Amino acid sequence: MTTDRVAGIGLALFALIILEESWRLRLPLGTMAMPGPAYVPALLAGALVVSGVLIAAQGARAPRLGAVGWGEWRHAVAILAVCAFIALGLERLGYRLTMSLACAFLLVGIERKSLVTALVVAASIAVGTHYLFDTLLRVQLPRGAFGL
Amino acid sequence: MLETLGNLGAGFSVALSPPILFYAFVGCVIGTLVGVLPGVGPLAGISLLLPATFGLDATRAIVMLAGIYYGAMYGGSTTSILMRIPGEAASVMTCIDGYAMARKGRAGAALAIAAVGSYVAGTGSIVGLMALAPPLATFALRFGPPEYTALYVLGLLVLAYMSSGSMVKSLAMAALGLLLGMVGIDQMTGYFRYAYGVVELGDGLGVVPVAVGLFGVAEILASAGQPAPPEVIKPRMRELLPTRQEWRESGWPIARGTVLGFLIGILPGSAHIIASFVSYAVEKRWSRHPEQFGHGAVAGVAGPESANNSATSGAMVPMLALGVPSGPIPAVMLAAIMVHGVAPGPLLIQQQPQLFWGFIASMYVGNVMLLILNLPLVGLFVNILRVPYPYLYPAILIFATLGVYAVNNSVVDVWIMLVTGLLGWLLRKLDFETAPVVLGVVLAPLLELSLRQSLAMSDGHYGIFVQRPIAATLLAAGAALVLLNLYSFVRRGLDWRAKLALAEKGEAQ
Repeated sequence: MTTDRVAGIGLALFALIILEESWRLRLPLGTMAMPGPAYVPALLAGALVVSGVLIAAQGARAPRLGAVGWGEWRHAVAILAVCAFIALGLERLGYRLTMSLACAFLLVGIERKSLVTALVVAASIAVGTHYLFDTLLRVQLPRGAFGL
Repeated sequence: MLETLGNLGAGFSVALSPPILFYAFVGCVIGTLVGVLPGVGPLAGISLLLPATFGLDATRAIVMLAGIYYGAMYGGSTTSILMRIPGEAASVMTCIDGYAMARKGRAGAALAIAAVGSYVAGTGSIVGLMALAPPLATFALRFGPPEYTALYVLGLLVLAYMSSGSMVKSLAMAALGLLLGMVGIDQMTGYFRYAYGVVELGDGLGVVPVAVGLFGVAEILASAGQPAPPEVIKPRMRELLPTRQEWRESGWPIARGTVLGFLIGILPGSAHIIASFVSYAVEKRWSRHPEQFGHGAVAGVAGPESANNSATSGAMVPMLALGVPSGPIPAVMLAAIMVHGVAPGPLLIQQQPQLFWGFIASMYVGNVMLLILNLPLVGLFVNILRVPYPYLYPAILIFATLGVYAVNNSVVDVWIMLVTGLLGWLLRKLDFETAPVVLGVVLAPLLELSLRQSLAMSDGHYGIFVQRPIAATLLAAGAALVLLNLYSFVRRGLDWRAKLALAEKGEAQ
């Protein structure tokens, strides 16, 4: 499969999901003269299906999916996992603890930095940004269950 | 005229007072940092610092926030030129030719042209803001839903027109962005759309988490694991002076960018982003050497950088003259002065002359400060980017998350950033541009609302778009762009047919 074929099929599928969701939510389509809440999304989804099919149809000469180079995928998955951890932990654990843990994990787990350096850098970034934004600039940041 | 000059003089007496100078300087420094750091845009920066202004008076608050706004426009060009990472969304176009210039050893010249262009545009547009605010604001008042619909359609057509790669891909990305912009409560009927039960999505996908995800997080995902991290091209002081040829090539693009940016800035939407897109398209179209675009064209840096700076002043016109914010950033700034009991609206200039003229004068002063900050001191700001990438990207990720979270104090925005970051990374891998997605998200709710309002006004007759002169003119401009595109397509087709004919001829021989 080429990159364009994968992308074209993906875009068309996304558009079909939007159409299915419009139908499932029973959003009124309305008329051309009086468009309902599903009218413009349906038009756009239709356009995206057509574009997706065109991209896939013309995509024979695009590079193959494997040839793009996915060497950084482990880093990418780890960074996304860290983002998910931040989203889950921010209001539960508090800003400073969540960010310290996230930053330390990136530095030790992904970048293979020494534990001491990582902990110092992580704590400095978390405490420093907290002091700057929460204390000095009065941007309220979550403290979580531990008051951190 | 004399009255205006007198008011401006009074404004300078306010702007040059030490406390106002201090807050303008703080705003400019923070704005430059916000612009330099990828993933933290002016909206996130201003939103982060909004609570910090509650302890100041209205003039100091707005002077500082405006400094962040136009400071970010200046600073955004630095990472675009030196790293090919847009510091903020309006610098996306600068990445293309700015980085290409840097690769050719003209990084210093690109930075100087961006800074001087920003300064000229910033200063020139303030003159425009001062002199033309009342009549232009009156003109913008004549815009109803059909005019706005036509304007947004024109914006999308410009986007498709300027596409250098596959036009189908560009349109698909715009459609994807528009679809993402449909998430949330339908403003006409109150229906909840595509939110999958997440109440926080009622207001739609925020532009900040989408832009930070698509540009900031996607960039981190793409570069964090690379054996060689993104190269920071280091400009030297002596390289900062552009050649005579480069100055000549940047003169008209700066002038056009200033006028274009100011005019687009007055109109609603993320004007500074749209202005840089449109300016790039115009420069590419008007250039005698369009083939140089993408390979280090000076006009590709000068035009968009001037336009995005000029648009920041343009955006102040409806905000100050009418009390109507033209986008999310002026809305936050308006909120900052309302906290202090200042009522925005047409009477603001009469009732708060100190605030209005002090603010105008502070913008002149701020632009001088930024020129100083962004030329001789560019090395200082670039040092931030010289921190080893394994240490830099966790810090950027934390800043980006902090900025995204602080806009609404919502974890949902962090999730949106995560998902759009993954989407942006995949799209980059598959060779799709992500800038049209952001433009689509910005325009979607505005376009849909104005279209349906127009049809409600006309009892469902589409003739309303051609009966009103402004809407008809804008649509005619859009149609002209489509025709120009078709013309290019046909010409390319003829070339292709001619080549085929030649090939056939060769075979026959």
